Amino acid sequence: MDFNDTPEEAAYRVQVRTWLEANAPKQHISADPEGGGDSMAASKAWQAKKAAAGYACITWPKEWGGQGGNPLQNVIFGQEEAKYPIPPNPFQIGLGMCVPTVMNFADQGTKDRFAGPAIRGEEIWCQLFSEPSGGSDVAAARTKAVKADDGSGDWLISGQKVWTTGAQFSDYGIVIVRTDPDAPKHKGLTMFWIDMKDPGIEVKPIHQMSGGSGFNEVFFTDVRVKDSQRLGGVGEGWKVSLVTLMNERLAVGGATGAGWSQFLETARDTPGLDGQSALKDSALREKLADWYVQAEGLKHTRNRTMTALSRGQTPGPESSIGKIISAVQMQELGNSAVEMLDQYGIINDSDLAPLHGGFQSSVMFAPGLRIAGGTDEILRNIIAERVLGLPGDIRVDKDIPFKDMPTGR
Amino acid sequence: MNFDFSDDQKFLQGEARKFLAANCGTDRVRQTLDDDGRTYDEALWKSVAEQGWLGAAIPEEHGGLGLGHLELCVIAEELGRAVAPIPFASTVYFLAEAIMLAGNDEQKAYLLPKIAAGEVIGAIATSEGPGVVTAGNLQATVVDGKLSGVKIPVTDGGVATVALVLAKENGKPGLFLVDLTDSSVTRESLKTLDPTRDAAKLTFKDAPVRRIGNAGEGMELIEQVFDRAAVLLSFEQLGGADRCLEMAKEYALERYAFGRVIASYQAIKHKLADMYVKNELARSNAYYGAWALNTNAPELPVAASAARIAASEAFWFGSKENIQTHGGIGFTWEMDCHLYYRRSRQLSLVAGAPRVWKERLVSHLERRNAAA
Repeated sequence: MDFNDTPEEAAYRVQVRTWLEANAPKQHISADPEGGGDSMAASKAWQAKKAAAGYACITWPKEWGGQGGNPLQNVIFGQEEAKYPIPPNPFQIGLGMCVPTVMNFADQGTKDRFAGPAIRGEEIWCQLFSEPSGGSDVAAARTKAVKADDGSGDWLISGQKVWTTGAQFSDYGIVIVRTDPDAPKHKGLTMFWIDMKDPGIEVKPIHQMSGGSGFNEVFFTDVRVKDSQRLGGVGEGWKVSLVTLMNERLAVGGATGAGWSQFLETARDTPGLDGQSALKDSALREKLADWYVQAEGLKHTRNRTMTALSRGQTPGPESSIGKIISAVQMQELGNSAVEMLDQYGIINDSDLAPLHGGFQSSVMFAPGLRIAGGTDEILRNIIAERVLGLPGDIRVDKDIPFKDMPTGR
Repeated sequence: MNFDFSDDQKFLQGEARKFLAANCGTDRVRQTLDDDGRTYDEALWKSVAEQGWLGAAIPEEHGGLGLGHLELCVIAEELGRAVAPIPFASTVYFLAEAIMLAGNDEQKAYLLPKIAAGEVIGAIATSEGPGVVTAGNLQATVVDGKLSGVKIPVTDGGVATVALVLAKENGKPGLFLVDLTDSSVTRESLKTLDPTRDAAKLTFKDAPVRRIGNAGEGMELIEQVFDRAAVLLSFEQLGGADRCLEMAKEYALERYAFGRVIASYQAIKHKLADMYVKNELARSNAYYGAWALNTNAPELPVAASAARIAASEAFWFGSKENIQTHGGIGFTWEMDCHLYYRRSRQLSLVAGAPRVWKERLVSHLERRNAAA
């Protein structure tokens, strides 16, 4: 038991370090954390550089233009890359979820057309699944595609998607739509790739409760797509989406932001119950211990996953626990810090609040993290059903036509 | 990255599981539970000694197998899973570890082979009454090599032959080895939350002692011993917690209510998912503790604290929610749920309660952060 690289991993790490030292950016750019805006040019330039050196899609098969590398090489590159002030990565959803779906289901011409520009960061993709009527229940999508009545074989898409990350700067997207409302809900769906610059598509940013706008609503009005843009069979969109979503929970990362160490340092300098350092407050000390133990547990769970990869094994299901713990911790730790600041905790001004308002940011952003990429509740269902083998819920929506399904708001 | 047990260690664990399934089923545990005159399973103790487990981490030159602490960790996990009613922790995690850590050559040569052979049963005697024992409130006193005082409770104090006792000497805490068979020691059996483990009140009246480690360094030494024991205990707790999740799952899958298995209700599914999450956090922390123990890393105090806190939480949560999942039958004496519930209390308290470890952990982090 140790934390060392195997000789092969060590050699790869040296190779990566050498390349990064020569090529990685050395200076921070002022970045929009969502990856749009002014930082986009820097993001695209860095992606192109990585692509030219073969580091853009390390685990992709060579026939897709990847390196055919193993997942641990990808992890090693990520660890080393993170040591540099790299620009945001707006390509992750496309390269992690959308383009692999295209590569699995599109014709050769389409694959040849899209893989290269996506890897090089020249074209950005978004994933259009969630709808106002279905978040956790993706298969409840109502956005519809109907055959055009001109005999062209084209489809016309109308409806609305929501919570689409990066739609405002995406060139293409994959969209799941309802093509047969008479079929049961999972059987009436079809997947297409679409051109996000189509005039029938309108992108509106969502104003989050946290103040920012990292996501969008996307409205479709008779957007015409060719039948050749279909990914998988008509009515097989659900199966196709499972290929896409398989990767989502890996792509939606854990919580970032202030952790136990920042809490400890802030507590040290904050007057506590007796006017002395709040770090002497035993209730806060107990919480600190719990957060540390959780954070260490997650860190070493990742080490266990990497060990399985390093040994050429399939990682166990333990990696599924990450977001359940980290999102809730972000909320609780942020709030405990705010309460520790007492009356002053209400101040959410980066010039006045400790850590430039980092704890207040945690409080305001954590509710979204507990929902994005699988809610706390859905993740528990997944652990219960896929890891522990407990039965699925009794379903009332499986065998009735979608159009007859009860709906609320 | 090689943060897992080796194939050989996993094989040893598998063999230990098979051995305990054959020799320590819960029917066997209940023989100790239900018999007031019996506080440990002597036959199991002998066969565990024959397996070589008592000396797994003891060097070959002192009669052990000379394997290492990682091997001891996987054995500990299986003993916890089986709620084994034997004084293994007291003898191996506390006494043997203390001697290997701080014993002189003579103490090592005399005691370690006897421990490995199962001829010596150990006990750790620090507590003197309700609450946390500190250098300030410690009462037991050694004068001229003779110990006087009271220790309560002492796990395995009724069956042990040698105790590791925390006592003052010249006003400062020290750690002492005491022969419990000496006539100067009185033992009174105690009723505890976990009758599958022995416990006693020990009264010493001028009992002859031999000091272990340096004079006046008893608190530092006992913390080091506790760190080592905490890692090993965390594996016992982990084994118990995993078994609780299995029991809850098995029962939920066969029990029907309102026309369907209760495992199909989200209230139960989410409860079991929470058990799984806590167990995995505990496992990852325990592994880090195992690494730190095995390599004697400077991180050991922090790693051991985290392992103990996570494992105590996981076993407590798992053992109580296992009862809850079973419903009424889980509250009966005949159902095995309470064996784990009881053991979870024993293991969480024996080396100091989780809140003590949380305070120790934060003190370490405070210093580490300040130094960084």
